Amino acid sequence: MTKRVAVIGIGMTKFDEHWEKSLRDLSTEAGILAIKDAGVDGSSINALFIGNMSAGRFIGQEHLAPLATDQAGLNPIPATRCEAACASGALAFRKAYHSILSGEHEIVVAAGAEKMTDLKGTDAIATLMGAGDQEWESSIGLTFTGLYALIARAHMHMFGTTREQLAMVSVNNHKNAVHNEKAQFPKEITVDDVIKSPVIADPLRLLDCSPITDGAAAVVLASERIARNIAKQPVWILGSGQASDTLALHDRKSLVEMAATKVASRKAYEQAHMKPEDINLAEVHDCFSINEIISIEDLGFCEKGKGGKFVEEGKITIKGEKPINTTGGLKAIGHPVGATGIRQIVDIVRQLRGECGPIQIKGADNGLALNIGGSGATSIVHILGTEPEPITS
Amino acid sequence: MSVGIVGYGCYIPKFRITVEEITKVWGENPENIKKGLGIEEKSVPDIDEDTVTISVEAGKNALLRAGIKPEKIGALYIGSESHPYVVKPSGTIVAEALQLGTDLMVADLEFACKAGTAGIQCCISHVKAGQIEYGMAIGADTSQSRPGDALEYTAAAGGAAFVIGKDPLAEIEGTCSFTTDTPDFWRRDKQDYPRHGARFTGKPAYFKHVVSASTNMMKKLGLRPSDFAYVVLHMPNGKFPTRAAKVLGFSMEQLKQSLVVTRIGNCYSGSSPLGLCNVLDVAKPGDRILMTSYGSGAGSDSFVINVTDKILERREKAKKTEYYIKRKQNIDYGRYARIMGKLKTE
Amino acid sequence: MVHKSSVPLHWRMQKSRYNLIGSKCVTCNTVFFPSRILCPKCRRKGKLESFQFSGKGEIISYTIIKVPPEGFEKNIPYAIAVIKLEEGTNIAGHVVGDIENIEIGKKVRAVFRKIYEDGKDGLIHYGLKWELEEGNE
Repeated sequence: MTKRVAVIGIGMTKFDEHWEKSLRDLSTEAGILAIKDAGVDGSSINALFIGNMSAGRFIGQEHLAPLATDQAGLNPIPATRCEAACASGALAFRKAYHSILSGEHEIVVAAGAEKMTDLKGTDAIATLMGAGDQEWESSIGLTFTGLYALIARAHMHMFGTTREQLAMVSVNNHKNAVHNEKAQFPKEITVDDVIKSPVIADPLRLLDCSPITDGAAAVVLASERIARNIAKQPVWILGSGQASDTLALHDRKSLVEMAATKVASRKAYEQAHMKPEDINLAEVHDCFSINEIISIEDLGFCEKGKGGKFVEEGKITIKGEKPINTTGGLKAIGHPVGATGIRQIVDIVRQLRGECGPIQIKGADNGLALNIGGSGATSIVHILGTEPEPITS
Repeated sequence: MSVGIVGYGCYIPKFRITVEEITKVWGENPENIKKGLGIEEKSVPDIDEDTVTISVEAGKNALLRAGIKPEKIGALYIGSESHPYVVKPSGTIVAEALQLGTDLMVADLEFACKAGTAGIQCCISHVKAGQIEYGMAIGADTSQSRPGDALEYTAAAGGAAFVIGKDPLAEIEGTCSFTTDTPDFWRRDKQDYPRHGARFTGKPAYFKHVVSASTNMMKKLGLRPSDFAYVVLHMPNGKFPTRAAKVLGFSMEQLKQSLVVTRIGNCYSGSSPLGLCNVLDVAKPGDRILMTSYGSGAGSDSFVINVTDKILERREKAKKTEYYIKRKQNIDYGRYARIMGKLKTE
Repeated sequence: MVHKSSVPLHWRMQKSRYNLIGSKCVTCNTVFFPSRILCPKCRRKGKLESFQFSGKGEIISYTIIKVPPEGFEKNIPYAIAVIKLEEGTNIAGHVVGDIENIEIGKKVRAVFRKIYEDGKDGLIHYGLKWELEEGNE
């Protein structure tokens, strides 16, 4: 039974408003790219896991997993849909990883897909709020921007985090996205642009928010035996952690930290025998600017409350001590909610393979991905590396 | 057996729009309007307020003053011409919100501006008949007016609630009504705004009914205007009650404490009840009050109320009328039009 | 939005929405709103009883929503705060009235308002919102 699993193939569609493409088109396109990149034949795939938050409400389609294998010509392999709101992608990846660890499968596709633009804006906002507490948050007209605005205001109040520091998160993400051909908004913006953009839920403004996006991403995972045989540059899963917290934001002990991220990252660090300072680069869940700041803190990259300063001091830039969201993050690449967790893995793998051109982090041999569902009720952390960890147990 | 008001409470929404602000839209002279109607500004409900929410807030205050367990209330009447549903009682929502329990009779009443006082009469009868220990009667409205109509200056929002039972803070010594078929003001089904008979709403309607009911009431109990410390009359504007009081032989001194219309407008079913609340807020034990409501269509309910010494402790237990009158925020016509749903958005 | 038009859902929640009826675990003395049927701390060792909150609290964070979800278009802008109830535990709710003066730390009290109207022909959902207390400085 294998104890090591690697990512051997990656693929993603452009993240965009894909008016002409359906969810099935997008997921198939990403899957073809990933399987081609892995250099395996479709017939060798043992199973598929697909992350998707709300196809049922976005496009009225449930029972998505067999649709994906059907469209990809992969039937009759088992197909499983994973849902953890915006962390659905990472959940699919983790379950694919587990299915190989279990010994049942050797080559598995983990995909993520979301088609969001078929709904009008206010309906999409309401659909996303399906990830909140329906009875006590959504029912009173709270939105996800609203929930993160509550977090932002509390963080600003408690730690003096500034409006400008929040803006700098978006500015850095957009700067990195300029070199990412898959990004929805590959253009630079300024702090001034952010703080003068329209208010969505005060204190958060339009340019603090990840957009509504269509897209899909897929990766191929393989057991050590397969990976060593066929992959030129396997990227190994060194650690994986997942944790849960209260669904409703108001039930949290603290509005300014995500306990689930702390627990999930601690598990991933332990498994990888690593500490926060060992991480070379990270993909964090910047669905809203404040969440990147909180994530930096909860992952242990800086002290609680110092995230804003960490950003302001340029530590998260490509040349900084802890490059974050090197390819543009959710803000600039786009956030097709179920696809994002897989997209993060795709971009970590690209960095670790050295395929990132002007935004390449030189010498990076590991990277961390943090995918968050809802306002922090699910956190999933993965640590990937170019070299497998020695197996100690 | 002394039956009367055991607890009372009111609620008036916070927004106000001035006569000046409305005249700006229609090119009228504000001084003429203010002089003609005897009003300065009117209350406006927020976008999330209606007869039910006003009734609940007023009801809470009345229960605080009554100091009884809510489930002791055996009947709830809500009088309004702006019940949020045409079919589905306001009363059940209010009862649930006030936790009145299920051993309860509920009915929504409608009689233009006098349905609240009709509810008081029903409660008095139930208590006297021994059917219930306490009843609650509420008069509340978020009244409607066609943009540009004279009513727009006065049609306001607010309400008052009364717990009726024994051991009252103000005994109701008697009540009677005067009723005829007089079509001075009406609103047909599915219509947004009422229509009215302009000057016809005066002499044959308001004045005839208010004066007749009040006169009959005093005659029945052998009382004269000089026997009363206060008089409360329905207030469609500031002018009508002033003139009616004079016709009946009351002085401005006896009327002015109840004349809340000048500062909040006509709260329809809440109008004379709010005037009564403002009187009870200051009255002394032994003070006698004459209250006469008026509802178009048409009828008046008249009451002789005698304040007891219970008033002194109970009235301090909840917010007074003056608190709600002074707690205000003026808004412009644009916001008013938006809140009142006068802007077409779909 | 199917859930918002659900009559049984609305009806089931009326009591707690109208009157802040939550629950209290008599084993560990923790209060919950909304009500739970299992104490997450004591689990099966806990014993939950119905608990009435007073309707007084304090703002611990707030936002002013300008871009609403479907169904709340006519309310914008509206303020939603996380409120720490006097008896412990937090709740999210609208702050009404003086929203220009909303601040973290200010005291609020519950008021009865319309929360949501299901179109022109659906149910009106009532519940509690929050108003700034006077003398808040």
